[in-house]
Amino acid sequence: MKTLRLPPTVYQQIRAHGEETYPNECCGALLGVSSPDGWLVQQAVPAGNTRTDSAHNRYNISPAELVKIEREARRLGMGIAGFYHSHPDHPAQWSPTDFAEAHWLGCSYVITSVVQGKSTLTNSFFLEGATEEDKRFEQESVQIEDDLIQHDQIGSAHS
Amino acid sequence: MTIFIPSPLRLYAGGQDAVEVTAATVAEALEGLTQAHPDLRKHLFTPEGKLRSFVNLYLNDEDVRYLPAKEDTPVTSADQLSIIPSIAGGD
Repeated sequence: MKTLRLPPTVYQQIRAHGEETYPNECCGALLGVSSPDGWLVQQAVPAGNTRTDSAHNRYNISPAELVKIEREARRLGMGIAGFYHSHPDHPAQWSPTDFAEAHWLGCSYVITSVVQGKSTLTNSFFLEGATEEDKRFEQESVQIEDDLIQHDQIGSAHS
Repeated sequence: MTIFIPSPLRLYAGGQDAVEVTAATVAEALEGLTQAHPDLRKHLFTPEGKLRSFVNLYLNDEDVRYLPAKEDTPVTSADQLSIIPSIAGGD
């Protein structure tokens, strides 16, 4: 099983984001460095949810915002480790929509259940597979660890 | 020009996060990229040779899909092409 390692500040940030946007879904990117047993996350970058038509149960990050996030990650010597989003009043489990729309093979998809405005469980699923045709989500352990690598902080990539 | 490779595809581009190609259009740049790194082809294109629907291409800050000439848009050596798979979902 892989392990997603998060500094406590990032863990708290993504859970707080889900509470801020409740009853709508929040979303954002996770930046970090890879290791053989999973991603070591350094920063979370909140993103806007473009699915304003159905924000309570759908999310989408605009590709233009993703381009900016990836540029910033590269500048900081990191990569996009994965993404996070919330499930308002829904379990912290990937949905058929999450799976169908997951295309970042080798990245982590973090889901926080937000119940009545409070973040409860946070799970992470690693998108395994070599191609779109054989991809699959595998749950990974989430480990909260102090940040040992210091980087310049970057702000929200909202455009 | 420079083509930026997203983290999921770097494995198929020799581990590089950026690849330099010489090309006159976006389509030629993609062709040059996949000739240099053939394993990338199936990740970017369907078996019919069409760009996969979830693969976004940004020429500098412009979505290639919305450029008048789309993938036939001319490029220069100073241009940057970003390959960005889409990210979406929901409960």
